[in-house]
Amino acid sequence: MTNRFRRTRRLMPLAVLPLLSLAACGGGDDSSAAGDCEAGQVDGDLYLYNWSEYMDPELLEAFAADYGIEVIEDNYDSNEAMQPIVAAGNSGYDVIVPSDYMVSIMIEEGSIQPLNQAAIPNLSNLDPNFVKPDYDPTGEYTAAYQWGTTGIGVDLTVMGEDTPRTWGLIFDPELAANFDGRMTLLNDPRETLGAALKYLGYSLNSTSESELEEAKQLIVDAVPRIKAFDSDQYDELLASGETLVSHGYSGNMLYGIIELDNADDYTYFVPDEGGTIWTDNMAIPFDAPHPCTAHTFINFILDAENGAALTNWNLYASPNAASEPFIDAEVLENEIIYPSDTSKLEYIQNTGDFETNYSDAFSEAKG
Amino acid sequence: MTVLPDADVLETALGEAERREEAAQRRRGLILALPSFAYMILFFAVPLVIVLVYSFATRTSTGSTSLSDWNLDAYRKLGEPIVRNVVIRSIVLALITTVLCLVIAYPFAYFCATRSVTVRNLLLVAVMIPFWTNFLVRNYAWRLLLSSGGPISSFTESIGLGPTEILFTKTAVVIGLVYAYLPFMILPLFASIDRLDWRLVEASRDLYASGPASFRKVVLPLTMPGVIAGSILVFVPSMGAYVTPELLGGGKETLLGSYIVTQFLTARNWPVGASLSFVLMSVMLVSTIIYFRAGGKNL
Amino acid sequence: MSGRSVAPTTRWILRSNGAIVLAFLYAPIILLAIYSFSGSRIPGEWGGFTTEWYARLFDDSRIQKTIGVSVRVALVSTVIATVLGTMSALALERFKFRGRRVFDALLYLPIIIPDVTMAVMMLMFFTQAFDLVDLLFGLGLSKGFATIVVSHVAFNIAFVSVVVRARIAGMDATLEQAAADLYANRWQAFRYITLPLIAPGVLGGALLAITLSLDDVVVTQFVAGPGSTTLPVYVFSLIRKGVTPTINAVSVIMLLASLTLVAGSVALQRANAVRGRINSE
Repeated sequence: MTNRFRRTRRLMPLAVLPLLSLAACGGGDDSSAAGDCEAGQVDGDLYLYNWSEYMDPELLEAFAADYGIEVIEDNYDSNEAMQPIVAAGNSGYDVIVPSDYMVSIMIEEGSIQPLNQAAIPNLSNLDPNFVKPDYDPTGEYTAAYQWGTTGIGVDLTVMGEDTPRTWGLIFDPELAANFDGRMTLLNDPRETLGAALKYLGYSLNSTSESELEEAKQLIVDAVPRIKAFDSDQYDELLASGETLVSHGYSGNMLYGIIELDNADDYTYFVPDEGGTIWTDNMAIPFDAPHPCTAHTFINFILDAENGAALTNWNLYASPNAASEPFIDAEVLENEIIYPSDTSKLEYIQNTGDFETNYSDAFSEAKG
Repeated sequence: MTVLPDADVLETALGEAERREEAAQRRRGLILALPSFAYMILFFAVPLVIVLVYSFATRTSTGSTSLSDWNLDAYRKLGEPIVRNVVIRSIVLALITTVLCLVIAYPFAYFCATRSVTVRNLLLVAVMIPFWTNFLVRNYAWRLLLSSGGPISSFTESIGLGPTEILFTKTAVVIGLVYAYLPFMILPLFASIDRLDWRLVEASRDLYASGPASFRKVVLPLTMPGVIAGSILVFVPSMGAYVTPELLGGGKETLLGSYIVTQFLTARNWPVGASLSFVLMSVMLVSTIIYFRAGGKNL
Repeated sequence: MSGRSVAPTTRWILRSNGAIVLAFLYAPIILLAIYSFSGSRIPGEWGGFTTEWYARLFDDSRIQKTIGVSVRVALVSTVIATVLGTMSALALERFKFRGRRVFDALLYLPIIIPDVTMAVMMLMFFTQAFDLVDLLFGLGLSKGFATIVVSHVAFNIAFVSVVVRARIAGMDATLEQAAADLYANRWQAFRYITLPLIAPGVLGGALLAITLSLDDVVVTQFVAGPGSTTLPVYVFSLIRKGVTPTINAVSVIMLLASLTLVAGSVALQRANAVRGRINSE
């Protein structure tokens, strides 16, 4: 029944190689019927396509040993690089880990298949907040993997323990003067314009042109005070003293500062105006070669102890409620990993045609 | 009078032989070119048609590409001021990079070409070896070298010039690009200087006497093919570079390479990415042809 | 040879420029070699001498696998691209034939095309071509080693051809013609006259092709299949978490490996040269 998805894929070849229109009708050769998978069943090796350094290798080894198969993991560095490869078809991957907004896009485009929930009994371990999220409203397509926030890492030696928890550290000229030229912002239109929108009190999913224009102006004004737009090394720049304020993701920031001798000199927070919350999710591509292994793997990760092992390893928060007793106390109590107040956090959503406004505004703001 | 017909016959026969020889030459040329020609058509030209098709398509609200609605919107977008600024900035940067590479690489290639065979091969390989490491790693190494706590800054500080802040400036981008593309200049320059007929240079030295004059009037014109090839191999990729400007320049200015990447991988606006690539390629191709013609070569 | 003799100041300038260029090229390489022995994970911070990263490298089967793929892709694609590129260069510089201008223009496009555009187009091409093959012949092809090699060759032919043409351009053709008259056999004329004459250009083109293949990230990422990740793609996916000194260690090892290869080939050349001299005596 995965044919339904294949046909949408065929839309593109039509114009280029007209012959292929035949294929849309003729290609009914799919043997992979995820609906028949049973819990614990495997139908081949597991091909996992995941973010780098996101999966505990020991968990993969355990899974391989338990089921007598091999696990092959490849990594990607952005949702946008992963999506076209999977959507084109024939990617060869069984499990992918897209973020929230990308899940909604991939559902709409038919790039991922509905899960056979009967084959994943551990779905019941998920925290209710993650069962039917906005980006997968029926909860049919994905199982949450890990979640985190986007905020700022700050060198506390400049303004001390009571450094105000505000985006103003970057966008308010007076506050920002403390860190002049020693700040980085993410090189990502939605995250960085989102931060500016939040500072202005708007939603980070705003589709108002005037609000976006205001946010853009904030970035324009901030550019001379910014050392770099950087999405990769901001934690290291902060840790090495090159920067004093770095905009970035919770887990990376923690990873960058936790092992330092002077770790207490640094902190990470989502400013009080609010910021981004994100969830990465396990999903199965529409043409996964081994859907049963994929279901069994998702079930394996959703196991209480395995979920805890994952969080203890990668230092991102777990959506797995049942795993809480097994998570190290210092991880659970860490405000950076598990923020106590999540009321001001927003998911980035696909704004449809307005996405190009965000990307244009960001390019223009940078000059 | 009776001789003329004979000459005519002879001439016709000669012309016939010439024509036959020319036809054979053409055939040989085609046979020689055929494998790569076929390869390039199948694995480059055909895929390129896909890009062309995409450039007339429409971005859907999920960022995929719909081919049901054909239009020129993606091309219209290229008229916006942001694109113009990006293009001008990129051309200036690529020109600076090319000129610097040429100035550095020419004497180096000349130096290599005038060594013994063993030394010159060693030098050539020595130029390439750093590039067999990973290019990201090289860029990160430059980040370290240029950072405010790095060796260059420490050095200027120790000699009393104060710390230097080169990282995340335009200077850093230029250094990074010159580094990245220097071998692209050295190799073709070397290839053409090396086959220089030194007897001509000698003769010119007898005529002009002065070294610089003989260089300007003989050596440089004779090695022009290398200069042209090297300039293209440096200028063109500099126009499209994006990793080095982002990593060393801090992504504070939008350049053409990163703008195209943004269209494909951030805005997920493939039609605009495709149309921009197409216009860029057409302009480059046409200017390359003009450049070659000016350099006395045909393309 | 007197044409090559230059004024002392010029010689001094040439020599110091040579030294500066080499220093410029090797400065970052030396730095990363040093930091591959640093005990600190933070770049630029010296954490005491350690060989930990090398030990990790020898334990890390994934990195080893990606290095293996990279090297194989680079070698195979370079050999194919060098042969095809040299043939095109000869055809374009020495012969007139139908379609020459089109071919010439086509060979410039891979140099001009932005990486990401080529990546996207190859991805779509292989997807559709495989669908077509599946439909016509019932063959289920998938992306992997072969698609990476095909794509690398597609851009490398152009680069090899440019470098070789720079060598051939304006080179005197009379020698080859004389050889052709003498030997009668075209292959011999090519083997003993043309090839030695263009060899430096071919070597340069091959070196460039290896480098481009070993460095390519974007195109490879889009045309690789599961499990056929190359080293640069793997490193690229790691940058979110920071390039660990392990990657520096990889670079140093690849550097040492290539140096060994070069030293080996130089020694071989020497040995051949000596043998040649003995034989001729």
